[in-house]
Amino acid sequence: MADASTSAKGDLKLTNLTKSYGEFKAVDDLSLVIPEGSFFALLGPSGCGKTTTLRMIAGLEEPTSGKISIGATDITDKRPYQRPVNTVFQNYALFPHLTIFENIAFGLRRRGIKDVKEQVDKVLNLVELPHLADRKPTQLSGGQQQRIAVARAIVNRPALLLLDEPLGALDLKLRRQMQIELKWIQTEVGLTFVHVTHDQEEAMTMADTIAVMNEGRIEQMGSPAELYDNPKTAFVANFLGQSNLIEGSIVDSDGDYHVVDLHGQKAKVLKSRTHSKNNSVLYAIRPEKLRIDLDNQSRPGNRFTGGRIVDVSYIGVSTQYQVEMPWKQEIMVFEQNDDGVPPLDKGDEVTLSWEPSFSFALDGAQDATAGSEVNPEEE
Amino acid sequence: MKTLTRWFSRNLIRIYMVLGFTYLFIPVAYTFVFSFNDYIKSNLVWRGFTFNNWKNPCGVLDVCPALGNSMKIGLLATFIATILGTLIAFALGRYAFKGRAVTNTLIFLPMASPELVLGASLLTIFLNLGMNLGFWTIVIAHVMFCISFVVVTVKARIASLDPRLEQAAMDLYADERETFRRVTFPLVAPGIAGAALLAFSLSFDDFIITNFNSGTTITFPLYVYTHAERGLPAQANVIGSAMFFLALLIVVAGQIVGKKVKVGK
Amino acid sequence: MAAVVRTSGAATSELKKKSLVPYFLLAPGLIWLALFFVAPIITLVSTATKTPGVGIGEFVQTYRWANYLDAITGSAAQFSRSFLYATIATLLALAIAYPLAYGIAFKSGKYKNILLVLVVAPFFCSFILRTIAWKQILGQNGPLFRLLLDLHIVSDTTHLTASAPAVIIGLAYNFLPFMTLPLYGSLERIDPRVLEASGDLYANAFTTFRKVTVPLSMPGVVAGTLLTFIPATGDYVNAEILGNPSTKMIGNVINAQFLNTQDYPLAASLSFILMIIISVLVMIYIRKAGTEELV
Ligand SMILES: Nc1ncnc2c1ncn2[C@@H]1O[C@H](COP(=O)(O)OP(=O)(O)O)[C@@H](O)[C@H]1O
Ligand SMILES: [Mg+2]
Repeated sequence: MADASTSAKGDLKLTNLTKSYGEFKAVDDLSLVIPEGSFFALLGPSGCGKTTTLRMIAGLEEPTSGKISIGATDITDKRPYQRPVNTVFQNYALFPHLTIFENIAFGLRRRGIKDVKEQVDKVLNLVELPHLADRKPTQLSGGQQQRIAVARAIVNRPALLLLDEPLGALDLKLRRQMQIELKWIQTEVGLTFVHVTHDQEEAMTMADTIAVMNEGRIEQMGSPAELYDNPKTAFVANFLGQSNLIEGSIVDSDGDYHVVDLHGQKAKVLKSRTHSKNNSVLYAIRPEKLRIDLDNQSRPGNRFTGGRIVDVSYIGVSTQYQVEMPWKQEIMVFEQNDDGVPPLDKGDEVTLSWEPSFSFALDGAQDATAGSEVNPEEE
Repeated sequence: MKTLTRWFSRNLIRIYMVLGFTYLFIPVAYTFVFSFNDYIKSNLVWRGFTFNNWKNPCGVLDVCPALGNSMKIGLLATFIATILGTLIAFALGRYAFKGRAVTNTLIFLPMASPELVLGASLLTIFLNLGMNLGFWTIVIAHVMFCISFVVVTVKARIASLDPRLEQAAMDLYADERETFRRVTFPLVAPGIAGAALLAFSLSFDDFIITNFNSGTTITFPLYVYTHAERGLPAQANVIGSAMFFLALLIVVAGQIVGKKVKVGK
Repeated sequence: MAAVVRTSGAATSELKKKSLVPYFLLAPGLIWLALFFVAPIITLVSTATKTPGVGIGEFVQTYRWANYLDAITGSAAQFSRSFLYATIATLLALAIAYPLAYGIAFKSGKYKNILLVLVVAPFFCSFILRTIAWKQILGQNGPLFRLLLDLHIVSDTTHLTASAPAVIIGLAYNFLPFMTLPLYGSLERIDPRVLEASGDLYANAFTTFRKVTVPLSMPGVVAGTLLTFIPATGDYVNAEILGNPSTKMIGNVINAQFLNTQDYPLAASLSFILMIIISVLVMIYIRKAGTEELV
């Protein structure tokens, strides 16, 4: 079984990868490079084509067109067992008729590896479950099954480990714990991980690089900080965290900044953070970058005046405000409760201010709500 | 009173189950009880308790050879039908091919034909071909009507298999053949065992089709039928009851062993 | 080999096309069915239009279609009786088997498999033996009759056996496993969470049963009723052991024609008519059941 391709190493490269089901394109002309050794997250709402992409990389689905290669080896036409790729399935897919030991040994035995016992023990220790070797999968808890599924895959030291929402079935607390553990395992074994998730927080905490996917395409790719601070589309701005997007148009230039007219009020945005083909923009500012003050106070930076608080939610560490602007749009503000000042009240007239370099501007032709109706936590 | 009605409505299904099983087992119980009857000639009236019939189950002419024939035919027919049916089930469950609808119809029709028609038509062709009726014609007939039941049972099991398990095997370097050997087959095996059990019980119990194609060969149901007129010896009850308990015992033992294997190693 | 193996995988989600493998898998079984099911039925059909030849027991093909007419007019009563008994027996079996299958599927926990085996186990205590047992249980010397006599429910002159109800009870009894197993099969496949969801959405137990359980178990109901109705229609053993001359079913007629009178053309045409009527009824039934399922 161990032909040349199973030992291929290097970056994973997808070139114009497409998968159609009849007229419908589940994955649409997708191209990307995943560097060797990285922790890569494929993030997107349910149904955007993440699983399909992963299954094509694993060889479980035939691409309609396009190419998949690892390093210099083209694996597009290879059978799943001929690829140096292993998968952690969404519901683990542990073999119910085999013990945990035999589950983990499965791949080693198929490849004719000699020191099976040694390697299985080692990986069982790595996932801290050596005492479960003789059990059957049904006798394990969800979290344990999850770790065994990871162990069964990484014991083969594949060039690429694919994880399809591996934490989706776990409760929130266990999920957070497993995120840290998976990240640790990845650093420990040094393999390339491709992690699929619809949970933006999960992607942000674990991955070196995130590709945000939407309707079969990659919207934007980059480090978590890059994506959060400088999104290039409304979808990314809304899907990763929350954003206030305000329609406006560029009216002037001021050094490194564009000056934007927003319903009669002026604000600035860095040219380097403006992603619009013309003057029509969606001016964007994250809720936690906004400061909120009663009308008579003033602070440096840009500001909106004439806001009125329509809703206050106190969440302990912070307070969330909904502020209705003169142009009837509601703007969200997160204020840290670090100054001992009691929260403002509903109905208060307020001014919002911010540091202009924190804002960004997107193409005005987009739907300002794209990506925001999906609540990843609740799916 | 209120608690009583509550208990009643809560256990309604269980009560119903008990009643259903009672209905199912009344004749079996009757057969069992009368296997201890100290009968003379015909086992119709209760004459007193004895172990004699159980001590000497082959004590009447023909009954044990008939049982032997039923066993041999049952095992042979089950073996052949299980293999043929399982192959068809895999074809239907795992492949897209032309002629699927025809195959499904051909599988369904024998189940949808009265046994009488199956038996009679087989008899016509055996006579036309000039075949000697007997052991082998019975086996042929039994395989024919068991295949469909095997296909249906095994196909259901294949359909309930999570395809991701086979995909996981392939992902873990097992080629198609190894995947089948290590994952697919072991997981479908209980379904095949169930199908074999069903086939054996259908064959062992068949009367109508056998009656048409048996020639001079006597199976256990044929023995019971032909002797019913003149008075059935209690040995028939002994064998009927013994087979019933044997079947239960084998299956229960199989279950326990299966559990042991699962928990142990 | 590699080429064959390659197409046989379940690796991709679509079933693989354009492979010879399925035909190799199908061939042995289908050939068996062709030789010992299809060919015999064709022979049967051709026998139906034959007429007596010169020699005794010899029949020649004269395509006498009137044989069918003779057959149906001669045995109309037995035909209708067969369908009547089979229908009642099927409904009875359904009423008994449904709660049984439901209980096994949802209420029996770790005893599920044992109970399932119990359903099939009576097969091993021969069907004929059990039918004879019914005759004796219901007979005038039997325990049930004695009990009813003591309770003054029946009198000495009543007959429980040798009657239409006895035949129907026997039919319902005989095919109970064929009803129970498919019902169990479709009930067991229902995800209990679906039933919980229904409860969660304000359906009471009965509404849940009616609106969720029953529709989802329809495939089992269809399969079970067919597997009971069809053999019950063609059965003659129950009518013979538990019935009287006025409860004879079509099976008794066909059986006698084949094995005693040896009027093969008549027996064959009766068999073929029986098959056709059953097929038509089954097709109507499946179509009806199919549309109901969609509602
Ligand atoms: N076998 C299939 N046939 C038709 N459509 C499919 C099939 N598999 C997936 N799809 C569609 O492709 C899209 C992407 O699916 P998937 O990759 O599973 O999404 P994700 O994993 O991102 O939730 C979905 O809209 C889904 O309905
Ligand atoms: Mg998915």
